Amino acid sequence: MEYLLLIYDNEADFAKMTEAEHAAMHADFGSFTQGIQKSGNFRAGKQLQPVATATTVRVREGKKVTTDGPFAETREQLGGFYLIEAKNLDEALAIAENCPGARLGSIEVRPVVPAPSN
Amino acid sequence: MNLESLYREHWRSVLATTVRLTGDFDLSEEGVQDAFVAALEQWPRDGTPGNPYAWLVSTARHRVLDQLRRRTRILQKQVEIDRLAELETPEVDLSETAMVDDQLRLIFTCCHPALAVEAQVALTLRTVCGLTTEEIARCFLTPVATMAQRLVRVKRKIRDAGLPFAMPPRDRLAERLDGVMLVVYLVFTEGYAATSGQLWIRRQLCEEAIRLGRLLCELMPRHPELRALVALMLLHDSRRVARMGPGEEIVTLEAQDRTLWDQRRIAEGVPLLDTALREGANGEYALQAAIAALHARAARAEDTDWAQIARLYDALLQKRPSPVVELNRAAAIAMAEGSARGLALLDALEAKGDLAGYHLLPAAKADLLRREGRWREAAEAYRHAIALVTNDPERRFLTRRLEEVDAKGNG
Repeated sequence: MEYLLLIYDNEADFAKMTEAEHAAMHADFGSFTQGIQKSGNFRAGKQLQPVATATTVRVREGKKVTTDGPFAETREQLGGFYLIEAKNLDEALAIAENCPGARLGSIEVRPVVPAPSN
Repeated sequence: MNLESLYREHWRSVLATTVRLTGDFDLSEEGVQDAFVAALEQWPRDGTPGNPYAWLVSTARHRVLDQLRRRTRILQKQVEIDRLAELETPEVDLSETAMVDDQLRLIFTCCHPALAVEAQVALTLRTVCGLTTEEIARCFLTPVATMAQRLVRVKRKIRDAGLPFAMPPRDRLAERLDGVMLVVYLVFTEGYAATSGQLWIRRQLCEEAIRLGRLLCELMPRHPELRALVALMLLHDSRRVARMGPGEEIVTLEAQDRTLWDQRRIAEGVPLLDTALREGANGEYALQAAIAALHARAARAEDTDWAQIARLYDALLQKRPSPVVELNRAAAIAMAEGSARGLALLDALEAKGDLAGYHLLPAAKADLLRREGRWREAAEAYRHAIALVTNDPERRFLTRRLEEVDAKGNG
């Protein structure tokens, strides 16, 4: 099964980190990514720019409405994601637990709807 | 033969194995239900099969496979077709060992930490204990539709989120077993807390919890904390009749008629706890059971070893810090060392504010003030407690006490 790990953290806390802390975090994420690549669980994974760079688009009655900012203001913001392949939820949760994002913020683990075959 | 006794005996193991063989919780439940109905039709006519469990499993499995085949034909999904082919293999393990493992898998899946605790409790009662949705709804004073929806939602999550029907890996077993024990204990306390008049339903919950605990002890004999949990439930349960007065008011431990205590429960619970302690149980259930056992051992309220109980609360507080345990500890110390000391502890606890809004704090204070003969202050504390209490039997008790101290204070 595929699972999407949505990594939420508080951008304000993030901004307060020293350069050394940033570097350490990047290194942590790097080795985590390598680990799940080696184990064959990795499908994709990216870090996102802060929500200040977000634009939200809606089409209503054929008309496009563009707004500055994220879809919803939340206490923690979506900062990145991994798409993983796991045998079941237990394996997905164990991977999420090892992700550095779990220590900094929270990780939402969402099963992906399997694509219709044929 | 009736459906109920048939259910009682076979429901859990048949469902557990069917889930293993088909990988589908929801369809298995339906299939097992159908299998029981078929048994009720056929067995009286053709005779009970030599291995009822195997008969029921194979009937249920066929029903589920039929359903899956129908669904697969409609959907024409390759994944489903492959899965079905895999499930249709004729070799199925129905050995005693597999049956035990299946039941454990079922329990651990129902108590999976990815599910909300109330959903874990409801699902365990439905699938492991075999209670109907209506019964569970009644137990929790929830509308049937709400409970039905809760069960549908949780089963959907199990399926769509890919929860494994499996025992947790060895390195997670202790932590996952804690979750299972919590569910069992929640079922028990829900039944034990007298919050409504439907006492027989609540008794059923206590019985189910004890039965579940016993089953777990049988399935996992090397976990003494499980035995401590069963001992705790038995010891609490021994006082079920004595703790409710004729006017459906709570009777305090001190005032209970100890001849009403169920001696069979005590005679089972105390040695069970001793075994658990000897085998190294030292968790929160073991400590609570040890406290309950000290009460059970005291022939009269005044014989209670309060000093030892206070020490056990100390240990419990270390294991699991909680303001409610602190409150109980203060009450025990008051009994061991005098009300003044207890009152000082309660004041400190009140100042911390963790228990604001919890009726047992002013109730405990009121009780100590009453023992000190400080009638007016006691009355004030009882009034405070009554304003906060939410269940009727406790309110009746507090109101009676208030009347007593009011009479003393004015007399």
